[in-house]
Amino acid sequence: MAGKATRAAYGETLIELVEEGVNVVAVDADLSGSTTTAKLGKAYPERFFQVGIAEQNMIDVAAGLALSGRIAFTGSFAVFGTGRVYDQIRNTVCYSQLNVKIAPTHSGVSVGADGGSHQMVEDISLMRTLPNMRVLVPSDYNSAKAAIRIAASADGPFYIRLGRASVPEVYESPEGFEVGKAHVLREGGDVTIIACGSEVDEAMRAAEALAAKGIASEVIDAFSIKPLDAQTILASARKTGAVVTAEEHSIYGGLGSAVAELLAERLPTPMKRIGVQDTFGTSGTPAELFAEFEIDAEAIARAAEMLVASK
Amino acid sequence: MQVGNVPMSLEEIAYRANLMRYDIVDMIGEAGSGHPGGSLSSADIVATLYLSGAMDYDPTDPQNPARDRFILSKGHAAPVLYAVFVQLGIIERDEIFTLRKLHSRLQGHPDCKKLPGVEVSTGSLGQGLSIAAGLAAGLSIDAGEGKAPTVFALLGDGETQEGQVWEAAMFANQRKLSNLVAIVDYNDLQIDGHCEDVVGVAPMAQRWEAFGWKVFEIDGHSVEQIRDALAQAKEYSEGPALIVAKTVKGKGVSFMEDQAGWHGKAPDAEKRAAALAEIEQLVAQSKSEMEACNGR
Repeated sequence: MAGKATRAAYGETLIELVEEGVNVVAVDADLSGSTTTAKLGKAYPERFFQVGIAEQNMIDVAAGLALSGRIAFTGSFAVFGTGRVYDQIRNTVCYSQLNVKIAPTHSGVSVGADGGSHQMVEDISLMRTLPNMRVLVPSDYNSAKAAIRIAASADGPFYIRLGRASVPEVYESPEGFEVGKAHVLREGGDVTIIACGSEVDEAMRAAEALAAKGIASEVIDAFSIKPLDAQTILASARKTGAVVTAEEHSIYGGLGSAVAELLAERLPTPMKRIGVQDTFGTSGTPAELFAEFEIDAEAIARAAEMLVASK
Repeated sequence: MQVGNVPMSLEEIAYRANLMRYDIVDMIGEAGSGHPGGSLSSADIVATLYLSGAMDYDPTDPQNPARDRFILSKGHAAPVLYAVFVQLGIIERDEIFTLRKLHSRLQGHPDCKKLPGVEVSTGSLGQGLSIAAGLAAGLSIDAGEGKAPTVFALLGDGETQEGQVWEAAMFANQRKLSNLVAIVDYNDLQIDGHCEDVVGVAPMAQRWEAFGWKVFEIDGHSVEQIRDALAQAKEYSEGPALIVAKTVKGKGVSFMEDQAGWHGKAPDAEKRAAALAEIEQLVAQSKSEMEACNGR
């Protein structure tokens, strides 16, 4: 069914946390309406810090607020909120292991018409390589709420990948999520499809199409890219002997890479990675772009079919 | 919240700043690498911050939430911080000879996860003022109508070439962060030469004034001027304040003074001995001045 965007959970969940007595604040860089942190600012002005168009300052002001005992969430778009401020996240947030939660919105190509300059497909890679950083990629509104709550309750840096576009509901509630825990959404013995974010729904639809062809897919929502749920992934790979990964991200450094690293060392398994193939995004609607970059359900199903056929 | 004999007399601070200079050269010489120039130029500033009573700070209680904070934005001057920590008893003097060595708490740039007393890790220039501003904003809200702890940040002059410094300057003015005091160690040198020859940072005071800051211009080697400026900047209640402290890079060692080449180079054994001999003279001189003053 149609759902809300993962970013819709952001401001709302921060307000809930404030009302539960959690010392969260948000720092944003002139995009608070889009990221939805403005909702927090409106409800609780003292919990919101506007820095203007100054993303570097945003990260380090958040670091300072964390030093004052607060749980500081940062905003902006993923391309600016991770790429432009990599050094601030690395050298201040992660090196000092501060209680800062990097949660920009508008990740991936589903940003749409704004085009390649605004479509961040390298953020998981950048954030995953940082010591002390944990990386959560929610697939829908409820899992986004869960990710924000997890980040607020655990000390230290987190990256939460949020998106602009509405995504179908995957989970009925924000319960049952943990750092390092993947969710098996569909069981099957022929091929494992491990997805994250907006690709979880694509993977589920690919599994339906594959079922019509007699191929039983196991679909896993990775959710926690770092730490990765090695146990769940290894068990499924052992069972199916074929793994497809799917992400709205570069094939370099993201979920596909994380799974490939795990399997290469622990359980070498035939794999295909669905993701953006070492290129920048471009203007278009999200649906057009998912087809253009071959990260839609059809592309996932094709990859799975090829893997199964080559067994 | 002070311990020991803080606030110290101006003469004692000057004396201890010279002891710090001795330790700075000695530890960098032992390490075989490091940044003597900017550590020596800021020795009087950092000594006065911690020893004059400018900072409300108890070194035996470094996590006290009411303490004033100091952020060394120019993190490469880590030896000056370690040297004042020796004066405060936060570290034993012997530990300075572990500087930059494997498993040392005294990392090449300050590491708050390794050494208590370091408020936040620094080393990538341009970030300290933003961190200080965020911290000052948080502390200010927590204090409500009361007096919030002051956050002091020490920046290099070349560091103001970093664009983020001006992002922070705008933010601090926007929020009128009156519990934020920045100090620029204005020694007019950076790695590649004089600041004005690299990318000019002048007119320093006017730039900050244009950004809405209250600016104090002082001689960064006059303990009295530093003490008074810190007190006035801390008391200033309309917004953030900046102290432009005019200094000499490598201050206290004749052959290092005003030489860009000593920004990030350790003295060899011969130069180390020569530098320490010069500083010993300064220590002896300032000690006799202190004792003469005590005798009065």
